Amino acid sequence: MANSSGGKARLADAAPPVSMMSVVAPAVGWLIPGAGHLIQKRWVRGLLLLVSIGTLFVLGLMMQGHIYKPNGGDILDMLGFVGDVGAGGFYIVTLAMDWGQGAIAFAIADYGTKFMIVAGLLNFIAVADAYHIAIGKKQ
Amino acid sequence: MTVQLTHFSAAFVFALFASIVFGITHRESARDMVRYGLYCFAMFLGGVIVAGWAMWLLRR
Repeated sequence: MANSSGGKARLADAAPPVSMMSVVAPAVGWLIPGAGHLIQKRWVRGLLLLVSIGTLFVLGLMMQGHIYKPNGGDILDMLGFVGDVGAGGFYIVTLAMDWGQGAIAFAIADYGTKFMIVAGLLNFIAVADAYHIAIGKKQ
Repeated sequence: MTVQLTHFSAAFVFALFASIVFGITHRESARDMVRYGLYCFAMFLGGVIVAGWAMWLLRR
C-alpha cells in the first residue's frame, strides 16, 4: 500500500507540467510549421523550420506531386495521407485549392509526392520538439 | 508553374532541408545542431552516391 502510493507520487513527479504553452505550441506548430518555436521565442529555429518544411512541400507541389485525401483503401495511400496531413496549414490550403490532384505520370512527380509526405513527417518531429521546449525538457 | 529537377538536384534539396530539420530537432545546443545537420547532409548525399554506384555495378 505504502509502495503503491509512493509509486504514484513518483509518477506525478515524473509527469511533465501541463501548461497552456504545452498545448498551444504543438497545435500552432502543426498548423504553421515552425510557429510552435516562434511563439516560444526560438526565432531562428522557427524560421528555419518554416522555410525548410514549407519549401519541401511547395517544391513537391510544383513538381506535380500527388496529395492524398482521407481514404480507407490501399495501406500506402493511408500512410501517404498520414504523412501529408502533418504539413498542417499547407495541406489544408492545398486541399481547399484542389491542387495536387493529378496522376503520378513521371518520376519527378513521384519525387514531388514524396517531398510533400516527408515535409509532413518532418513537421510532426518539429511539433514534438516544440512540445519538449514547452515542458522544459529542451532549451 | 512546374519545376523539373534532376534526380541529383532533387536528392540535394531533400537532403538539405531534411538535415536542417533533423539538426534543429535532435540536438540541444546551436553548435551541436550545426554539426549534426552537416553530418546528416553528408550521410544523405553520401548514401545517394554510394547507392548510385552500387546500382551502376549491379547493371554490369
